[in-house]
Amino acid sequence: MANLKTVSKKSKAQSMGMHTEVLTGRTQQKFFNPDEAENFYYFGTYDVDFNKRTDLDVKDMTAPEANKEIDNLMSQGYGTIVIKNPQGKHSLGVGILNKLNLIFEGSLGYFGMGSCDGPIVRINGRVGWSCAENLMAGKVVIEKNAGSCFGAAIRGGDLICKGSVGARTGIDMKGGTIIIGGDAGAFTGFMMQRGRIIILGDVGINLGDSMYDGTIFIGGEIGSYGSDAVDAELTSSDQDWLRRKLKVAEIGENFDVSKMKKIVAGKKLWNYDNLEPTEKKGAI
Amino acid sequence: MAKKKNKKVAKPKAKEIKGQLGKKKETAREKMIGQSIGYRYDVNLLPDYNKLTPFLKKYIEAMGWDDLNWLEDVHMGYEEDRPAVFCRNANGWVTIPRSIKLPNNQQDRDMIARELLVKFQMSPKHPLVDLKKAYLKF
Repeated sequence: MANLKTVSKKSKAQSMGMHTEVLTGRTQQKFFNPDEAENFYYFGTYDVDFNKRTDLDVKDMTAPEANKEIDNLMSQGYGTIVIKNPQGKHSLGVGILNKLNLIFEGSLGYFGMGSCDGPIVRINGRVGWSCAENLMAGKVVIEKNAGSCFGAAIRGGDLICKGSVGARTGIDMKGGTIIIGGDAGAFTGFMMQRGRIIILGDVGINLGDSMYDGTIFIGGEIGSYGSDAVDAELTSSDQDWLRRKLKVAEIGENFDVSKMKKIVAGKKLWNYDNLEPTEKKGAI
Repeated sequence: MAKKKNKKVAKPKAKEIKGQLGKKKETAREKMIGQSIGYRYDVNLLPDYNKLTPFLKKYIEAMGWDDLNWLEDVHMGYEEDRPAVFCRNANGWVTIPRSIKLPNNQQDRDMIARELLVKFQMSPKHPLVDLKKAYLKF
């Protein structure tokens, strides 16, 4: 085991003074000027042009190699990249924090497009589990079906599947919009905390189980409601928003949104104090 | 002549508006744990696209999106009685400069919050820029 006392080499973070900072009180630092020049991109990201297009054949590449090559192409200013022969590889297109137009000519395996922030992605095939997990911003469109945990823990952006999806869609989502053109499996919206799910078809059992907040719109039949999921009134502003969002998603433009069901959290699970004595009794 | 009875006129109580900035009453439990239970504003409020600011229109166009995208989930809340917007990247509240006068409706306030949040996140002075310099591995 390394003797920590004898380790004298400072990490980059330590030399920047990050470990000597007093962590009490609140930061009062002024981080930006609201009138400063317009800048729409994260500091240090690539300046790409949507009109600059290239192809990338990933047939003989591993996923890390393919992802590094996508990064390399963005650094050269390519704003539209077409990926040929993805052949169901896992973890393709992850961690893109850039404006980009990415097109996959085929299907992806699991964890495709995870942890992205900004790109517009079109997948002309199917996807495995946890597609676009932790998506922060951007738009991901899947032309066929998707596996389970579709859009797990997404925080923002639009995630669209034109076909059907498996179980636990939008599990633990904290923002963003998931739109499904077909049916969805059991436990859709399980433990969701914010955001919106739209399903034009039917949905399986335990819809919105243990949801904390957020909204689910269903066009078809509901297998059963989960714990604390309740019906709510569909307002005219909901309907306007649904029409606009379906147009963005390129599906269900003629769908009658006025007949959709709206499901929200009953907020009974928020009463932690009432639950605690029972839990304590059980523990003793 | 009959005396007029001086009835005490009760002052009308200030009407508490749900989600009003800094006005939500904390429960005893919230006071004890020092944290708020539940969101402090309506997180499900859908944006009114008629209120888009010119800056946000340019941002949507620059990113190639069709709408506000992730900004649909951004609302103006409050922190310590001051209007603020939550930055998920810095995991903290960014208070709105006092120089900015806030309009009287949530939709307009939300648009201001979105604009300021984009400016904050894209600024080279954002706290994550230093973290990236220190910890970026590849």
